[in-house]
Amino acid sequence: MMAFLNFYLIPGVVLGCIYALGAIGISLTFGILRFSNFAHGDTMTLGVYITLSLVQFSGLHPLLVAPLAMVLTTGIVLGLDRTFYKPFRTSPAIMLVIASFGLMLMIRSVIQFFWGVQLQALQTGIQMPLEALLPVRFSENHLLIIGATVLLMMAVHLVLTRTKIGKAMRATSDNPELAALTGIDTEVVIRATWAMGASLAVAAGVFLGLDTHVETMMGFKLLLPMFAAAILGGIGKPYGAVAGGLVIGIAEELSAYPWIGTTPLLSPGYKGGVAFAIMVAMLIWKPQGLFRGRQF
Amino acid sequence: MEQYYGYFLYLLSLLTMGGIYAVLTLGLNVQWGFTGLFNAGIAGFFAVGAYVQAILTTPIYARHLGGYEWPIPLAMLAAMALSAVVGYGVAKICIRLRADYLAIATIGIAEIIRLVFKNEGWATNGPRGISQIPKAFEDLPQPWNTLAFVAMVLAIVMVIYLALERARTAPWGRVMTAIRENEAAAAAAGKNVERFRLESFVIGSALMGLGGALMAQYLKQIDPQVSDPLTATFLVFVMLIAGGSANNKGAILGAMLMWTVWSATEILTSRLPDEFAIRSAYVRIFLIGLILQFILQRRPQGILPERRPKPHPRLRGDRAPAANTGSTKQ
Repeated sequence: MMAFLNFYLIPGVVLGCIYALGAIGISLTFGILRFSNFAHGDTMTLGVYITLSLVQFSGLHPLLVAPLAMVLTTGIVLGLDRTFYKPFRTSPAIMLVIASFGLMLMIRSVIQFFWGVQLQALQTGIQMPLEALLPVRFSENHLLIIGATVLLMMAVHLVLTRTKIGKAMRATSDNPELAALTGIDTEVVIRATWAMGASLAVAAGVFLGLDTHVETMMGFKLLLPMFAAAILGGIGKPYGAVAGGLVIGIAEELSAYPWIGTTPLLSPGYKGGVAFAIMVAMLIWKPQGLFRGRQF
Repeated sequence: MEQYYGYFLYLLSLLTMGGIYAVLTLGLNVQWGFTGLFNAGIAGFFAVGAYVQAILTTPIYARHLGGYEWPIPLAMLAAMALSAVVGYGVAKICIRLRADYLAIATIGIAEIIRLVFKNEGWATNGPRGISQIPKAFEDLPQPWNTLAFVAMVLAIVMVIYLALERARTAPWGRVMTAIRENEAAAAAAGKNVERFRLESFVIGSALMGLGGALMAQYLKQIDPQVSDPLTATFLVFVMLIAGGSANNKGAILGAMLMWTVWSATEILTSRLPDEFAIRSAYVRIFLIGLILQFILQRRPQGILPERRPKPHPRLRGDRAPAANTGSTKQ
């Protein structure tokens, strides 16, 4: 029982938090700019590497410099939006998908060029489980990740429900034509969407970097689970994306639990397939997602 | 003289790789160009073809499935057939999805196929891959073996081209265009949209499998890296978009041209000092990405734009033939 909690459920929740933060950005871009952003994963990687450089430069804790990395990444993403996405605002969505597909590889090649491809760490030293909580094995980083995720979610909730721009974002996501008719400036909403999506992606990436390590493919590896979480939760529904992320993260970890007998239910090598299977099942049977998101 | 012989061999390798990529690009053209199906999992179908070819033709070896020693042409047909079967399975599930969703679903399928080839070591030797794959005509003396292989690849490209040109101008191809341009109208005209899209996806997948089978022979060894989304999927997309989507000549031109750019930049960068040579690989990818963005924004129709077949003479009647829909507005 303890093994189940320590080695499957807790890592699942931590992974779920990371997916959830990343999926909010995917879901918002999907809802507001109306395309699936393949470059989202590599935006995350970029933010993590900027954080890494800031950590190496300042010697501070990664979570302390992460906000600065979020700002810098947001600036870069806004520049990319102007150059590569803005010309396609009125084009069919598939043009934006292809552009983001190309951008995904361009961002990654820039990262690989400047930072190299070897594994790096945001923090040195081994994380020990906190003694006060034993036999439940919770490391300090796990608590930090879960705590910071909860804080960020609350911030997202407040922005979306209490601020003017947040309300405009939700309105645009629900019905873009109607939102534009009421005088909402779509370009401002789009910029806010990029800022929120990129910042949360950087946070998710830094958490993943703290939990494991930093590598140039980390964002791409998260792309599929993040898409799956966004679809599971319902496109354009940020709260749905959070729920979807947690479900996918926990399902991935629990898939390797020896439910029947003593061997893992699913070989850990296929963990990545779980998110995909859930996503395809949703697309076929319930494309609007659990939270009644927009159906295309 | 020696030097010219070297250039000659390089030219042959360009033609071979360009030809193999042309097979892939033509396959994608059926799916994306003709019918508008965004398949982001080219790498997966390509890998299925490559592995089928490798497993069926290699001599017996303890570390992976093999020892069937099928004749090469038969194995190539089997590679196409299995890719088509996988394509059928994927299409049966995903074909109704909107373009973006299809892209996500197919990129996921390619990842899963890669996971299978990586994890099922008993069949594929895992990450170490399969080597000593027999290559067509390799028993001939040099340079005739290379020449014969190039000729075979180019002949295959030609046959596919002629077949696809015939399909494009036939009613089948016109239905594909109709579905791509206006699905609802095509359905209203009584066309079974789902079935046509399925056919298009399966034909494209079979061609991608054939491309994989050719690549496995040419490289003589494969590992799960062959389904690297970068070189397999991305490059093929750039080739098709640069050459001209929905234009079969454009697909071949794009493949040859982009492969030459890709290969030539490698030669240039390999002359740099080691430190830069490794990193410059990433500059090349960046460059290809930039070319794609430039074409998307400035010339989305590609170098050779789509040319619609002329309407049947009996149907032309009073209206001027709309050979190219882009130029109907005067």
